[in-house]
Amino acid sequence: MAAAAEFRTCPLTGLKLHRGAEALIKANAVTSIVVLAIGGLFGLLVALTRWPAVKLLPADMFYLALTAHGIDILIVWCIFFEVALMYFASSTLLGSRLATPKLGWVGYGLMVLGAAVTNWKVLEGNSSVMMTSYVPMQADPLFYLGLILFAVGALIACFIFLGTLVIAKEEKTYQGSIPLVTFGALVACIIAVYTIASGAIILIPTFLWSIGLISHIDPLMYKVIWWGMGHSSQQINVAAHIAVWYAIAAIVFGAKPLSEKVSRTAFLLYVFFLQIASAHHLLVEPGLSSSYKIFNTSYGMYLAVLGSMIHGLTVPGCIEAAQRAKGFNNGLFEWLRKAPWGNPVFSGMFLSLVLFGFLGGISGVTMGVEQINIMIHNTIYVPGHFHGTVAVGTTLAFMAITYFLVPVLFGRELIMPGLAKIQPYLFGLGMGGASLFMMGAGTLGVSRRHWDLAFSDAPHAFEYPAAAYLLLGLNGISAIVATIGGIAFVVVIVGSVLFGKPVVAPKVAPPAAPAITQHGNAAAMSVPGTFTLAMIFLVCFVLYYFVNWKYLASTWGMS
Amino acid sequence: MSISPPSEKIWWREPIEKAEVVWVALALVWCLIMFAMMPLWHLKGSQNMSNEAYRISPEAFQEKVEAMVTKYKVGTTGKADTPVVHPPPGSDVYLMARLWDWYPVLELEKDKSYRVHISSLDWQHGFSLQPANINLQVHPGIDMVVTLTPTTTGEFGIVCNEFCGIGHHSMLGKLRVVGK
Repeated sequence: MAAAAEFRTCPLTGLKLHRGAEALIKANAVTSIVVLAIGGLFGLLVALTRWPAVKLLPADMFYLALTAHGIDILIVWCIFFEVALMYFASSTLLGSRLATPKLGWVGYGLMVLGAAVTNWKVLEGNSSVMMTSYVPMQADPLFYLGLILFAVGALIACFIFLGTLVIAKEEKTYQGSIPLVTFGALVACIIAVYTIASGAIILIPTFLWSIGLISHIDPLMYKVIWWGMGHSSQQINVAAHIAVWYAIAAIVFGAKPLSEKVSRTAFLLYVFFLQIASAHHLLVEPGLSSSYKIFNTSYGMYLAVLGSMIHGLTVPGCIEAAQRAKGFNNGLFEWLRKAPWGNPVFSGMFLSLVLFGFLGGISGVTMGVEQINIMIHNTIYVPGHFHGTVAVGTTLAFMAITYFLVPVLFGRELIMPGLAKIQPYLFGLGMGGASLFMMGAGTLGVSRRHWDLAFSDAPHAFEYPAAAYLLLGLNGISAIVATIGGIAFVVVIVGSVLFGKPVVAPKVAPPAAPAITQHGNAAAMSVPGTFTLAMIFLVCFVLYYFVNWKYLASTWGMS
Repeated sequence: MSISPPSEKIWWREPIEKAEVVWVALALVWCLIMFAMMPLWHLKGSQNMSNEAYRISPEAFQEKVEAMVTKYKVGTTGKADTPVVHPPPGSDVYLMARLWDWYPVLELEKDKSYRVHISSLDWQHGFSLQPANINLQVHPGIDMVVTLTPTTTGEFGIVCNEFCGIGHHSMLGKLRVVGK
């Protein structure tokens, strides 16, 4: 057996790293961060153009930048990082060799090639069709082909992940069930396979249409299937970043899930119900029935929302339990006050948790109501919502775990710890602000994907309320703050990988699992602080939800 | 820990923490309330999607629009001299979206209902009536019928809020609501 040389043990954490997996994790993670930097800067250009007083780009460049921003961040950045996470959660957490690393490089190569081709076509200027590329608007054939290649590469990565689970089980590298974090990654992988299949089903015919082999793609059919990819790809993100939350709770606090059963059931609800929410994008579409819309937009009676609300309690709950076991037992919130707020791994994760719930979660469920969507469809509220999910939720969680991964994978200490310390706050508050201000402008009716708030070239005159101008200005300022946070992240991470001091031996003892062997007591409430926070969340949720119904009731009659 | 296999091998037998039990119950009740709200609003609310739509060719739709314009035209407005039509309350009225305008300008009466047909001649467009804030998706080849009852008077903008190419931001229509 050549197994011994294939592995090394991380001096910091004691994790057993398979060299084949390690190289792939590094390549995918580094690529993702490069894409994040590029896609993020496109985002800044978009926000500065929508700031009426600045209006940075001309119209054609604005639509180009917006297309690039959407594809690079919503698809390329997230999926590259998720591939790295899947390899980490399977090979590294299970101490197993990775299945077919060579094929992993083929998948990686296809993803890089596909992303590069699509970006090239967008930057050339003849494929400014937005991320959604709704037919019958047509992009360059290579635009679709690039996306297809990227998807094939990602699909290979999914099967390598699944293959690694099989190998680990076969070679008995672990006892009992897979860890909760790996289970979360498995859920993300299952959703990813569904997502990629939907993408293939619609993008392959669309590609054939763009080269003239198919005469017609029905626009409504396109949307129904495309969103099976477009929305579900964001559900991969949700499953993945919640797995990251649990991972960070374990890494920083040695936290054990309150109960494996509840957390895993919550993940399982995602597998059953999360993807059908692609109907969120089809609520004001002609030709689809209300019964279809209601069942699907509600994730089947909101059971996937139930899953998220459960994670919203159990993630901070397991941290509270771990902190209380360490003696932070005073009052409701000492466990939280005494948490390591200066450690970006924790602060990034906790900000991600709170902002995702309050901004992304509440707004997403509210706007996904069939009738309330009439006031929100295609307004800038929509990007406001998904910056509350993908930017402050997924991206911030991924940033947080990167601070942990750099010393583990590259054996380097972080450079500029002071900058790293404030980075999650800069990015979180900047993006949180952008999310809020866009939602505010959307409530005033401002359109998304729109270059001219003043309609200066239009045949008629129309003015949005003055507050819309103010809100888009504040959005621009928030985007600048978030960009500074984003640049700080890239500088710290790239700088650490290149110039960081080698990690020799752990300065502090590795967070050896503390003596939390069992909690879970049906008789007494052991996480009162978390429960209080959850109740505050629920009250905000209920109030916001009904305020929107009231607002809807004040507009014209429609039937 | 969450990053290692469950410490109890038979983890599905572990007791559940009380906070979790209470929270799951509360969250489930809330989820069911939210689920009930949508069908309830279809029964009791006044803002609902009509579910009425037909396949139609762009040419056939354009013919219907032109017929209405010829019959009920009362003037023109705007830089492009877009016709203004004042159809009788309760009638079928037509609004056409195309690169890059809305045609014609509808003049409706407050508190009267109209069967508004909306369709596109080319790409997808977004009907965004402001400041009433009613947003609908417009497809080519589909005639969407919505019964609208204006409850406020004045001049309303129809913004296109579905990206439709380089002229997208200049695609702005008008709709007037007059008192009676």
